Amino acid sequence: MRLDPRTTDRLFSIFFRVHALIVVCVLLAILFLIAIKGLPQLSPAFLLQSPKDMGREGGIFPFIVGTFLLVFLSLLLAIPLGVGTAVFLTEYRREGRLTAFIRFGVESLAGIPSILYGLFGFIFFVIRLKMGLSLMAGVLTIMIMVLPTIIRTSEEAIKAVPRQLRLVSHSLGATKWETIVGVVLPKASPGILTGIMLSVGRAVGETAALIFTMGCSLRLPTSLADSGRTLAVHFYILAREGISMEKAYGTAFVLVFAILLVNLLAYYLMHKAMERLS
Amino acid sequence: MKREEIHIEWTFRLFAFSSLLFLFLILFFILFEGSPLLYKVGLRSVLLEQRWAPTKGSFGILPMVVSSFLVTFGALCLGAPLGLFCAIFLSEYASRSVRMVLKPTLELLAAIPSVVYGFMGVVYLVPIVREYLGGPGFSLLTTSLVLGIMILPTITSISFDAMQSVPGPFREGSYAMGATRWQTIWRITLPSARSGIVAGFILGMGRAIGETMAVIMVAGNALSIPKGLLEPLRTLTGNIALELAYATGEHRSALFTTGVILLLIIMIFNSVANFVVKKRIVR
Repeated sequence: MRLDPRTTDRLFSIFFRVHALIVVCVLLAILFLIAIKGLPQLSPAFLLQSPKDMGREGGIFPFIVGTFLLVFLSLLLAIPLGVGTAVFLTEYRREGRLTAFIRFGVESLAGIPSILYGLFGFIFFVIRLKMGLSLMAGVLTIMIMVLPTIIRTSEEAIKAVPRQLRLVSHSLGATKWETIVGVVLPKASPGILTGIMLSVGRAVGETAALIFTMGCSLRLPTSLADSGRTLAVHFYILAREGISMEKAYGTAFVLVFAILLVNLLAYYLMHKAMERLS
Repeated sequence: MKREEIHIEWTFRLFAFSSLLFLFLILFFILFEGSPLLYKVGLRSVLLEQRWAPTKGSFGILPMVVSSFLVTFGALCLGAPLGLFCAIFLSEYASRSVRMVLKPTLELLAAIPSVVYGFMGVVYLVPIVREYLGGPGFSLLTTSLVLGIMILPTITSISFDAMQSVPGPFREGSYAMGATRWQTIWRITLPSARSGIVAGFILGMGRAIGETMAVIMVAGNALSIPKGLLEPLRTLTGNIALELAYATGEHRSALFTTGVILLLIIMIFNSVANFVVKKRIVR
């Protein structure tokens, strides 16, 4: 049987719409289930208390702090490195063998799965450099992991800054460095910020690379040499060891909605950057 | 150039080379820890032996290699068509406003941490599979489903970009000849975007084979090659994550050997994806 082309067209139109709808429903279902089971767990005590009995009772305060510390410190290191690399690739070098080589390195880093970052961080930072399972080892591992994202997004953002702006700045007597700091980076900042927010999201949700570098101590890390947990690691341990489903849902709620917020912010910034350019 | 400017340029150069340094360190240390054992036991016995008892001198990771490929293939079976259909809808059917909402939604799906997918798999999928299909629930099928959903955003966004880069006049020409929208997609857009779509599939596979935490939670982590869809299995990534915490000596080296094999597989995937994309540019 051969269908009339118009009927076929209509059938396929419905077919694709249904599939898109299915995917959206899956996402909404995940968010909905976490919200409905996690929201009742939320209370000031849950957010501000230390855990008791391995996390069966009490709250998640040390893990919120641990997540903050990890994200803040790793980005503190990754941002200058990443943005600096992007500036070097776009402002100081023409496309050539050197940029291709560096870009190849960045792409390769981006392709390495997080468990291998964990394996590397464990043998290099924790054992060889004798840092032990510590905040420091976690921070350095995550720094390397988010570097490709920051480099790529910053590069795109810097490339999108119109050439004339640089020429004007040079013609007014500004040096290359003054042009970069005074003109190029401010103009590219929404795009760079988008990359940073995406990296924050990735660091907050990371588990595999952290278990073997930062460890999973229940205590609040007070120095770089202390072990500690992030929310994602805590959630993983609660769920995997079946410690407490209620607390797991509560932690998942905080984790997922923090990431949601960060991503919405990233999207908003990207939108603003695009508006500014067009 | 002023002295200062030269210093600044050198700082940036140093920053740029740091990525290469990190890459080198990662490759070096994983190979350094993993290859002596590989050399001692031989690649052949590591890849072909079925028994994994690293404390008793058996380092066969064949079941894990096979399992990793099985779940990756399973994930692709679900994620590839669903992701591609989604991309076709986004690129060819959706209005501007629908796209503005749907695209960030999909990106959100990519941002949800893998542990959350694993958790949802354990709490909802595993009992359903156990109840209605039998087996322990922790299985090849469950893992493939979870991974399939996880790689969806990767496949969708890369396929979408590939279809968007097909020049508008191609489609307009097709419409002008009286073709319907579906005929245009099937005969013009998809063939033109083919290499980008294939690259998306391969990168999705790379993501699936490298995924760890979600897999550990739903795979059951048994040490044999699964004989059916409902049997539990253990992947290369899972093997590392499950045992690294307490492994010492040769056992630990064996886990790094697992890492070396994983790294090789990922590198092959990435170079194939690169090759596919490059070929298009040359053409």
